[in-house]
Amino acid sequence: MDWIVGFLVLIIKLALVLGGLLLLAAYLVLLERKFLGRLQIRYGPNRAGPFGVLQPLADTIKMLTKEDAVPEAADRVLFLLAPAVVAAEALLIFAVVPFGTSVTLLGKKIPMVITDLNVGLLFVFALASLGVYGVALGGWASNSKYSLLGGIRGAAQMISYELSLGLSLVPIVMLARSFSLVDIVRAQANYPFILVQPVSFTIFFISAMAETKRIPFDLPEAENELGAGYHTEYSGMRFGLFFLGEYVNLQVFGALVAVFFLGGWRGPILPPVVWFLVKILAVSILMIWVRGTLPRLRYDQLMHLGWKVLIPVALLNIVITGAVLLL
Amino acid sequence: MKSAWEAVAALATGFATTFKHLFRKPITEEYPEYKRPLPERTRAVIILTRDPDGGERCVACYLCSATCPVSCISMQSAEREDGRRYASWFRINFARCIYCGLCEQACPTSAIQLTPYFETCERDILKLVYEKEDLLVDHGGKDNEYNFYKYAGVVTKVGDKGAHIKEAEPVDIKSNLP
Repeated sequence: MDWIVGFLVLIIKLALVLGGLLLLAAYLVLLERKFLGRLQIRYGPNRAGPFGVLQPLADTIKMLTKEDAVPEAADRVLFLLAPAVVAAEALLIFAVVPFGTSVTLLGKKIPMVITDLNVGLLFVFALASLGVYGVALGGWASNSKYSLLGGIRGAAQMISYELSLGLSLVPIVMLARSFSLVDIVRAQANYPFILVQPVSFTIFFISAMAETKRIPFDLPEAENELGAGYHTEYSGMRFGLFFLGEYVNLQVFGALVAVFFLGGWRGPILPPVVWFLVKILAVSILMIWVRGTLPRLRYDQLMHLGWKVLIPVALLNIVITGAVLLL
Repeated sequence: MKSAWEAVAALATGFATTFKHLFRKPITEEYPEYKRPLPERTRAVIILTRDPDGGERCVACYLCSATCPVSCISMQSAEREDGRRYASWFRINFARCIYCGLCEQACPTSAIQLTPYFETCERDILKLVYEKEDLLVDHGGKDNEYNFYKYAGVVTKVGDKGAHIKEAEPVDIKSNLP
């Protein structure tokens, strides 16, 4: 009897998180378009519904009703699979992200996280690396020059930045003494880690932007050189899945920044879930602002930044943090 | 170290600029609510104008239809009893028209003219084929004064031989007297 209740609770939590993620992804697109518009002294979408609030709905209907074209020369199975990899990987990462304190309902304690893995951080990195497959396979299976170039760039970029992403979090693990995301939030009860690890935060933020392929690092899709990069040949909802994956990734990395550096769901007055959402949105808005300001990096600059700047600085940061912890 | 400082300063300037733009009023002109006043010579929907006396200007010379790069103009010429030429039917296919204005330049009588009006969307493409009745207007367009038959040496109701503007009296070629 007990496990049935537990199972039901899990299913309800899954449904809520999935629904919330997808809804938020749709509205992040709108937020991005609106905010970016204002940065460029224009309005952004404002025709569908008041202030354009129905724009995500219109976009979804448009994408669902478009033809799902598969190029004749494409590797059909991989071509059909690649977008799902990107979207699924992005959604799965959220399984270990805690979004609130545990709630007591009918005498049972319900933790506000889908699963509290004790190797949560490794799970996050494993899935983040899997995202490369979506991009690289999508680019390769399309059998088009632009897609292939985009896929190769994506693979190279994401593997490079995976390293600094991982290394930047080692000090956090050292401070929290745990790989579990729940424990990392618990360890920030007194102060958020951004205060003691600003360097780590900066490296993680830059690497996260590279991992989500956002603008200073959007070489895999570089519109003005590669068409649309790895998703040039995709149409309809399959393109929509890539798009969705990108924006779910944006939220996921927003959530991870919040969990690792901003104290997760902690905050005064407001309920934990609201604080968590506020932090995700704040990180997203910061990323959009970066997109509205910086131009795209050149490929060698991108590699230079990753290998010659971020990784050494991250290593140095680990050594210093270790030394300080030992003293 | 100096270059690093300069890089940070440059980044900060960039972010400050975009942040300032956030509080500026968008410069977007929102189309159906605000319609920008277009210059008189904007090239959009084509009309057939009339001369100051109310007569059709078009003499069905086919120059517009010949110069049209997309062949969207067609007509049939005819002649009235007084010798004045006209188009018995005149058709422009606006689904093809590229609004280049070559027809207007070719027209010897200022009959065919482009206007700034452009809102002609239709769901049915055949509704974009305009007949003479749809094209003909009751004014002279951009060239109100001109009346081709007052200048041309053609005998019509408007003028007999020698009665046209800048035309000398007819000469009796059988006589060499001044």
